[in-house]
Amino acid sequence: MLTMIGKRLMFAIPSLIGVVIVTFLLTRALPGDPAAYFAGPAATKEAVEQIRKKLGLDKPLIEQFFRYTNDLAHGDFGNSLTTGQPVAAEIRNRLPASAELTLLGLIVSVVIAIPLGVLAATRPGSWIDHLCRVTTTAGVSLPVFFTGLVLVYVFYFRLGWSPAPLGRLDVFYSAPPTVTGFYLIDTLIARDLEAFRSALSQLILPATTLAIFSLAPIARMTRASMLAVLASEFVRTARASGLSPATVIVTYAFRNAMLPVITTLSMVFSFLLGANVLVEKVFAWPGIGSYAVEALISSDFAPVQGFVLTMAVMYVLLNLVIDILYGVIDPRVRLEG
Amino acid sequence: MTAQPLLDVRDLTVEFTTRRGIVKAVQHVNISVAKGETLAIVGESGSGKSVTSYAVMRILDRAGRIAEGSVMFSGIDVKAASEDQLRDLRGREVSMIFQNPRAALNPIRKVGDQIEDVLRTHVQQAQVRDHGEKAIEALEQVKIARPRERYHAYPFELSGGMCQRVVIALALACNPQLLIADEPTTGLDVTTQKAVMDLIVELTRRRAMSTILITHDLGLAAAYCDRVVVMEKGRVVETAKAADIFANPQHPYTKKLMRATPRLGVSLRDLLPEEESAAASFASPRVRGEADTRSTASGESQPLLLVDKLVKEYPRQGATAVLGKLFGRKPPVEPEMFRAVDGISFAIGHGESVGLVGESGCGKSTTSMMVMRLLDQSSGLIRFDGEDIGGIAPASFARLPQRSRIQMVFQDPTDSLNPRFTAARAIADPLLQLGDIRGRDALRARCEELATMVGLPHNLLDRFPHQLSGGQKARVGIARAIALHPKLVILDEPTAALDVSVQAVVLNLLQDLKARLGMSYLFVSHDLNVVRLLCDRVIVMRTGRIVEEGSSEQVLRDPRDDYTKELLTAIPHPPLPVH
Repeated sequence: MLTMIGKRLMFAIPSLIGVVIVTFLLTRALPGDPAAYFAGPAATKEAVEQIRKKLGLDKPLIEQFFRYTNDLAHGDFGNSLTTGQPVAAEIRNRLPASAELTLLGLIVSVVIAIPLGVLAATRPGSWIDHLCRVTTTAGVSLPVFFTGLVLVYVFYFRLGWSPAPLGRLDVFYSAPPTVTGFYLIDTLIARDLEAFRSALSQLILPATTLAIFSLAPIARMTRASMLAVLASEFVRTARASGLSPATVIVTYAFRNAMLPVITTLSMVFSFLLGANVLVEKVFAWPGIGSYAVEALISSDFAPVQGFVLTMAVMYVLLNLVIDILYGVIDPRVRLEG
Repeated sequence: MTAQPLLDVRDLTVEFTTRRGIVKAVQHVNISVAKGETLAIVGESGSGKSVTSYAVMRILDRAGRIAEGSVMFSGIDVKAASEDQLRDLRGREVSMIFQNPRAALNPIRKVGDQIEDVLRTHVQQAQVRDHGEKAIEALEQVKIARPRERYHAYPFELSGGMCQRVVIALALACNPQLLIADEPTTGLDVTTQKAVMDLIVELTRRRAMSTILITHDLGLAAAYCDRVVVMEKGRVVETAKAADIFANPQHPYTKKLMRATPRLGVSLRDLLPEEESAAASFASPRVRGEADTRSTASGESQPLLLVDKLVKEYPRQGATAVLGKLFGRKPPVEPEMFRAVDGISFAIGHGESVGLVGESGCGKSTTSMMVMRLLDQSSGLIRFDGEDIGGIAPASFARLPQRSRIQMVFQDPTDSLNPRFTAARAIADPLLQLGDIRGRDALRARCEELATMVGLPHNLLDRFPHQLSGGQKARVGIARAIALHPKLVILDEPTAALDVSVQAVVLNLLQDLKARLGMSYLFVSHDLNVVRLLCDRVIVMRTGRIVEEGSSEQVLRDPRDDYTKELLTAIPHPPLPVH
């Protein structure tokens, strides 16, 4: 098992090197001059030149690249031009925010979608099957910013049940000491139940928004995959041997149906982690997606490169976890490891 | 027969709700099985034999339902029973063995656990000390070596025959009174088939169980059953004692089935229904004569295909060896090679057909792939029509003119046709790739000509594969293979997926085409009986080597090698009908 993990990580190295090169070149190829942007609209030509020199942008591309990789090797992702903060620190602060939100959204979505998909598959044509179809169609057809705004309008503005959509904690509470970066966990570690409640209430609406969106692919995949497995011959054998419906559905059908669902889950997770910019905007969430987009708009190289690299590492780790999960579920995969 | 049969099916009608309305899959079927009796239900695909057995266990698809009639199993009305009662019945009183053993087992659960699932459902904990031990005992009874080890195996780690043994263990674990075996040996090698059938019979006899054997193979039914029920299109057409039905078949359909079953002492023409056989035999003397002159004419020249000391090796290690090399950690231990084909030599003359026979894993398919130039050999020579084609890489062979001279008919007529191509497009495909016919009309004319040759009505040319029957798809596959006037056609079990009556027609068609077009055949098959009908010579392969070679008649009547003898005795034969 450990050798397999080691091997997989080694195989990830070439792709990470590729990501470093491509992001570096791409950010350089982007239209827009960071020096001019940084100097402001009123700056003179000399001032812009001066800033360019200070940023090292006047050097040849190859030299810039070596400086960049050298810094990377020392764990230095560079500084953001707009905020002046080190990129590594910013990402370290913001990644847990995004991850907490995405994970919670995904957990909510899985808890609803998988039973829904299983029930729909075991009772095709019933009301629950139709409910599954309607929910999933609605889930994908409504854009996240729209569901987010509707939720904010109803639950904050109209009903007043949830707090103002302004970040991860109510302004009256201070952030708990960082252990995991997940406020829900950190507040519990600090035994600050009030802050926990506040963090949770801030999370509910954006997490629900994400859950509604990610419900569709997971429920659909569960339903389709369950239907295929339920029609398979070994399920028929299990039925013909008189096994109870619970055993047939859980032990025989569901475990086999999980494989494609897990793949979908990993895709949805990695997609949401980097791409839920709109949700982060609507809820003023200090996440990594909105950070990267803002940096991109202002031609701020360092955060963009840092973001892409972080995401690449996340993908590699996520894929590794998925592969291990696959091996746990399916003995046929284990052999090839 | 005893007064009270164990299973009594009366006037059973099963309906399926489909998009085109209600389809009656089984109509007014009466079947009864006495205690300890072995009954065969014989019929071709679509005869409703499987549906009948599913109805007995009430495991029909959602769309199916028992519309009429009654099913009584030892005094229990199965049709009226609740789902809970049925669950007690299934597995404990009636159990079932399915066709494809590998698919019938949960791929990601240990076989021992699967047997235990059944035991736990039906046997009280108090009655046995340990379910695990009981499961191992069940594996032992189906003669699985080292059952304690195999308990922890997953289905993919076991061979097909071994999987079928596990399925049998699963079915017999709770000592049921009735076993329904639905084509239990289809897809298994003949020797494995014999072992599995002998095992089923031995175990059921010992426990005084009743058995229903569902099969398309009359030979199998005759060899193992007391009574035979023949079904056609959802109806029972004949029920009789096994001995009687072969000696004196009553119904025309039974007679037709009997005729179509390949057996000793009959020629290819005899397989066809009587009236067609008579029509065909007019053509056959002329055909024979033609073939004879051709083979004598080319007798002195070199053979069409010459294979010499052909070897195909595969490395035994998987990806780990490659990785080890990549990172230079361990120097690769002696590369252990597995020889799939181990130095075989044979020749095929002009206009000759040669059968390549052996069980799965003997290397016959690997050999045909190498001759076909779809696979590179490790060493050895392949000469085709005086040219050394063994040196041509498979990747580039497809574009060479030689490609059109060696063509292939594949095993599965459905899977070997592109589902998005019409029959005409499929037949025209080689013409478009390699032929010199250009223009829509000329192509169409050639397609129609080919369709006529293989006996495919022209109005079917615009249909897609799913709109054609198995036999029609086989004809499309054959038309595609002969489109470019090949000299050698490799037939890879072309009739394995077909019903016997269709198989008879297709084999006759292949025989006629060979004579008419002067082709040579390399017929790859596991079925000696079928090979004998079509081939002049037979090559028997085992573990990558040729164990016996000779004329078909000689090999079948007087086999020299022990393995050939074993193969021959494993084939179940129906008693010869009295004409």
